[in-house]
Amino acid sequence: MPYIPLTGPEKRGLLREIGVSSLDDLIRAIPSALRGPEMSLPEGMSEPEVQRLVRDLGALNTSGLDFLSFLGAGSYDHFIPSAVQEVISRQEFSTAYTPYQPEASQGTLQAIFEYQSLMAELTGLAASNASHYDGATSLAEAALVALRHTERPKILIARSVHPHHREVIRTYLAESTCRVEEFGFTAGGGFDRQSLAAKLDADTAGVIFQTPNFFGIVEDLAGIADQVHANKSLLILSGHPASFALFRSPGEWGADIAAGEGQPLGMPVSFGGPYLGYFVTTQALLRRMPGRIAGATEDADGKRAFCLTLQAREQHIRRERAGSNICSNQALCALAACAYMTFLGRQGMREVAELNLDRATYLREKIAGIKGFEVAVSQPIFNEFVVKSPVPFAQIEKKLAAERIFPGVALETYYPELRNRFLVCATETKTREDIDRFAEALAKC
Amino acid sequence: MLISRDDRLSFEKSNPGRRCVTMPKERLAKASVPAGLARRDPLLFPELAELDAIRHFINLSRKNFSVDTHFYPLGSCTMKYNPKINEWAARREKFAALHPLQKPETVQGMMRMLAELEDGLREITGMDRFTLQPAAGAHGELTGLMLVRAYHASRGDSKRMKVLVPDSSHGTNPATAALVGYRVIEVKSNARGRVDLESLKAVLDDHVACLMLTNPNTLGVFEENILEIARLVHEKGGLLYYDGANLNPLLGIARPGDMGFDIVHVNLHKTFSTPHGGGGPGAGPVGVKKHLVPFMPYPLVEKKGDGVQWAPKPQRSIGRVKSFHGNIGVLLRAYVYLKMIGRDGLLRVSEGAILNANYLREKLRTVFPVAVDEPCLHEFVLSLKQAAAKGVHAGDVGKRLLDFGFHAPTVHFPLVVSEALMIEPTETESRETMDLFIEAMKRIAFEIETEPAKVKNAPYTLPVRRPNDVLAARKPILTYRDLLREEAVAAEARVG
Repeated sequence: MPYIPLTGPEKRGLLREIGVSSLDDLIRAIPSALRGPEMSLPEGMSEPEVQRLVRDLGALNTSGLDFLSFLGAGSYDHFIPSAVQEVISRQEFSTAYTPYQPEASQGTLQAIFEYQSLMAELTGLAASNASHYDGATSLAEAALVALRHTERPKILIARSVHPHHREVIRTYLAESTCRVEEFGFTAGGGFDRQSLAAKLDADTAGVIFQTPNFFGIVEDLAGIADQVHANKSLLILSGHPASFALFRSPGEWGADIAAGEGQPLGMPVSFGGPYLGYFVTTQALLRRMPGRIAGATEDADGKRAFCLTLQAREQHIRRERAGSNICSNQALCALAACAYMTFLGRQGMREVAELNLDRATYLREKIAGIKGFEVAVSQPIFNEFVVKSPVPFAQIEKKLAAERIFPGVALETYYPELRNRFLVCATETKTREDIDRFAEALAKC
Repeated sequence: MLISRDDRLSFEKSNPGRRCVTMPKERLAKASVPAGLARRDPLLFPELAELDAIRHFINLSRKNFSVDTHFYPLGSCTMKYNPKINEWAARREKFAALHPLQKPETVQGMMRMLAELEDGLREITGMDRFTLQPAAGAHGELTGLMLVRAYHASRGDSKRMKVLVPDSSHGTNPATAALVGYRVIEVKSNARGRVDLESLKAVLDDHVACLMLTNPNTLGVFEENILEIARLVHEKGGLLYYDGANLNPLLGIARPGDMGFDIVHVNLHKTFSTPHGGGGPGAGPVGVKKHLVPFMPYPLVEKKGDGVQWAPKPQRSIGRVKSFHGNIGVLLRAYVYLKMIGRDGLLRVSEGAILNANYLREKLRTVFPVAVDEPCLHEFVLSLKQAAAKGVHAGDVGKRLLDFGFHAPTVHFPLVVSEALMIEPTETESRETMDLFIEAMKRIAFEIETEPAKVKNAPYTLPVRRPNDVLAARKPILTYRDLLREEAVAAEARVG
């Protein structure tokens, strides 16, 4: 049997040592009525057979390497330095448990500390946790922090925040005494200041924006922090983290919490996971932050050491009085993000952001030149934008499939009023030839 | 603070102008950032050459214990071997390079994998339908209790505000119940570590929404009255939730679905061999019985003709609990494990886990008392109450074990046992490894008698010794910038 060292003679030896004659003697506490269930499952396979099976299954998939993909919408195809995969493949990292024993986990703990430092730097805020499940759940926990901190019952969220993220926030807050309200966006796709002003009231615990928003537009949040703080609410910002190397960071906008999707920092698109949720706060909210946190301290010999800290917030100490129930998070993804940001370094991080802006801008110019297609050329963007097409999106999708291109994501699925509009994304992975080919194919639609 | 040069942070090794990767130079457009939207703060990221950066991370990894380097008898964590074919599969671009919003017809291999994994989980647990979305055990619990809430609400049963948990439960159980808005009531364990039926009856009424149970429980013993417990809870209209943290010893032997559980979560990063990653990513799929299917989160997979599609949103769904479809890379690893093990292998897994745990228990019960002295399933708990009289605590024994090359067992948990040391060897450990562990435990027992200070001050052979967590919490230093600030204050104090 794979992975199990126990041989027949050894099994008899163990039973003898234990002092019983069979396994049955050890499982008497299990009522006999429950034992030996019928299960319709195939027998185990050998490793070569399973490798073959996985290859065969893989052959049924069309990946972003088989097709030229302009899909984004919350999951982005970015260049990942080869070294990142090597680092996270180190079994000393990947097969370790949560670092509850700091002496046996200094590698993981220091890497988390560095991840926290990098995330705080990138978002312009003071303190990061060790990661959350993904962008959506991270934002949902940020909403919970706002509700608790302000003791108010309402979360206000921009409709231009990722639809999945809004759905998850609603799931987390469903049937509680709290409520979620949304404020709209203008025809240009940026958030609607009037709609916000009308809904920001004495009940509002927190206001959530995404920038660049779901439509790819970099929001101008001038004056927003003052407005939100004057109302004694918290400002929560989400958004593509690499954009913060080029555009104003959440901290520079005056956010209290930055929470969002960290996948672009070194994780493949992987059909949606595993990713990581980043969660970074101001100093003032530090003790309300959910999840694990690594801190620097001294050991018994006065040497610098790292350990999990502020654990009195957490479920394994506080049980029903904990602020969150989170236990396992996405540690190995946080390590990937840490390695990604380290291998890119100060210059590389900025160049990646510039290249995204460059490729998306070039693509936008190309599409703007195609008869019948409309794009808002004056809006500030990062790496994606909305295209209005003269024909239904399904038709475009079908035609481009023949050209081996994934053209983008239909917006009508999420916003019924946005018919014939789709979201396209071009990251630093796209070349001039890729983009030209895409534009030519679109022109034929 | 003393720092050896090798222990520096990446930031402290930085040298301006150095870099690892280079990026394309060509620019295709004249793109600029409007002044009002541009980042102004400098980005204080480390600047390293690639060799130095790689050496940094590889040397960090060497300061870790891990399953691949050390025996890891961490109770309730099921630190079994993480097969390498799992990693091989997860890295394949035919899976890793799929975008989550691709149309199902372009990802049929992936969809089929998800459907087959769901089938496997259903058979193994005896449940009717699974959502693969939850990212971890606690996330599964949260999903599960939202299902409980939605179920009762749909029946207009709004008075159920209590969730029962045994006093031996994992911390996530009460934390989850509270998060969903329930009042948590603890149920006492009896002298044999099981739910005390009288205590249960005393708190069981029609205000109870659900009982959360781990079975076998955290003392490693099976709740032998489970059928009676299920009957009592259901009779009062409550639901039964199965925390799957300890599912490993039941594989092929018994199923939570047959025991009367309405909802289960399975920790794929425990029972199904996916690596823990230093604290995730895991996956906590949630299975339910028929009556809870209408409330399940979406998306769900569904076989249709020859293919697999996304199912229509369940009519009274609690909603979405995560972006996209779940921790797919983890699900794929679990699928591969299931294919390797198969129906015949499930029994070998549980048998191995039970035999190994009982062997260790039998050999150690004369060294330290066992909390529940009878055959266990996958794990057992030692109580170091007597050692505490010498000033040595369970945590100290854990630290001393590190010197012998063993990861510490789970310490000071479950809370119902004083000075608890919870040990789970799993089926993938050999007798030789366990014998070395037994030797180390005996040696430590001897040290407690002869030189307790040695145990109290352990470990001696690791990169650091007893980091001061009280100081860490009192004066949080959580980033490189915090460290710089701290150093500036210290320098000023020296000058002053």
